[in-house]
Amino acid sequence: MSLSASRSHSLRSLRVFGMCSATLYAVLLLFEQPILAWSTRGGWYFIIPVAIAFLFSWVHGQFTAAFWDTLGIQAKQ
Amino acid sequence: METLSFIELSLTNALYLLIVGFVGGLVSGFIGSGGAFVLTPAMMSLGVPGIVAVASNMCHKFPKALVGAIKRARYGQVDLKMGIIMGLSAEAGVLTGAHFQESIRLHFGDVGSNLYVSVAFVVVLGIVGLFMLQDTIQCYRSGLATEEQPGPLARWVHGMHIPGTMVYFTSLQRSISVLFTIPLGFATGLLAATIAVGGFIGVPAQIYVLGLNSLTASATELVIAFIMGVGGTIKFSWSGYVDIRLAMIILAGSLFGIQLGAIGTTYVKPYTIKLVMAVIMLTVMVSRALVIPVYLAQLNWIAAMTPETMSLLKNISFSIMVLALVAGAGIILVAIIQGRRT
Repeated sequence: MSLSASRSHSLRSLRVFGMCSATLYAVLLLFEQPILAWSTRGGWYFIIPVAIAFLFSWVHGQFTAAFWDTLGIQAKQ
Repeated sequence: METLSFIELSLTNALYLLIVGFVGGLVSGFIGSGGAFVLTPAMMSLGVPGIVAVASNMCHKFPKALVGAIKRARYGQVDLKMGIIMGLSAEAGVLTGAHFQESIRLHFGDVGSNLYVSVAFVVVLGIVGLFMLQDTIQCYRSGLATEEQPGPLARWVHGMHIPGTMVYFTSLQRSISVLFTIPLGFATGLLAATIAVGGFIGVPAQIYVLGLNSLTASATELVIAFIMGVGGTIKFSWSGYVDIRLAMIILAGSLFGIQLGAIGTTYVKPYTIKLVMAVIMLTVMVSRALVIPVYLAQLNWIAAMTPETMSLLKNISFSIMVLALVAGAGIILVAIIQGRRT
C-alpha cells in the first residue's frame, strides 16, 4: 500500500471508529443506571459486562490504533 | 450478596481514571504487565469499595491485554502456545491464591491479609527486581544490547528431556517440558491473586527459566493476562461486583497507552524492557515496605503508632507507587523518542 493510500485508510478508520467509539461511550454514560443494574445482577448476567468489554475493546482498539497511525507513530519496520 | 454502593461518576473522576489508565496501558503494552497495582488503589481513593475496584480492574485488564497481544502478535513477538499453556495454569494459580488469601483473612483479619500482601510484594519484587537490574547492567556493559542469550538455568531446562511432556515452542525453536511451564504459570497466577501483577513473576520466569527473549516474554505475558483476566472477570461478575462504567473509562485511556507501548517495543533495545521492569519492581517494593510497620502495629506485634503516623506512611507509600508507574512510563517515552531519532 502506498504511503498516501495508507494514510487515507488510517484517516477513514479514525473517523469511522472514532464515531462508533464516541457513540458507545455516550450510550454507556447516558444509560449508566440501567446498564449498571443489569450488569451487576450476578449469575448468568455476567455475560453483559464481558460482552460490553469485548465490544469496546474492538471498536475503541481500532480507533486508538488509527489514532497513532494518523499521527505517524508506527512500528519500526 | 452484600449491598454494594457504586460511586457517582463526575467529570474529574473520569479524567483521573483516563490518565491513570493511559499510563498503566503504556507500561502494560511495553512490559506485558503493570498498572494494576496503581489502578486498584486509585479507584479506592475515589471511594470505590475494594472488591469492586479489584473486579473492575480485572474487567478492563482482559480487553486491554487482548488488544496489546494482537498488536504485538502482528510484530511477531507472541508465542501463542506458550501463552495459552501458561495462561491456563495461571488460572489454577489464581484460584488457589484467592483461596489462600481468604484463609489468611479468616485467621488474621484484613490487617493480616494486608501484611501478607505487602510482605509478598517486598520479598518477590526485591529478589526478582534486583536480579533483573543486575542483568540489565550486565547486558548493557557486555555489549549484548541487541541479542539476548538464554542463561545457565534456561540452558539446563532446554537440556532436560522428559518423555511424554515435551512441547515444541516456536519462539524457542525447540521442545521443552511442560513440567517447567505449568508450575511457572501457576506461580504467575498465584502472584496475580496476591499482588494483582502476575507479570512480575511471569515475564522474568519466561526470560530466565525458559530462555525466551525479553520482547517475546513481555508480549506472551499479555496472552497470559488475557486468559487470567477473562477468568477473573467471570468470577467477579458472577457475584455482581464489576462496575462496567469504571472499567470502560479506564479502558478508554489504557487502549491509547497499550498501543503506544506496543509500538515502543519495536524502537528500543531488548534490555530496556528489563530496565523498566526492574525500576518499577524496586520502586514498588520500597512503597510496600513502608506500610509493613503500619500493619505490624495494627496487629500489636510492634509498638503502637499514632493515626497521623499511619496515615502519613500510607500516603507516602501510595505516592511512591504512583512514582513507580510514572518513572516506568517516562523511561518508555524517552526510549521511544530516542529510538525514533536513530
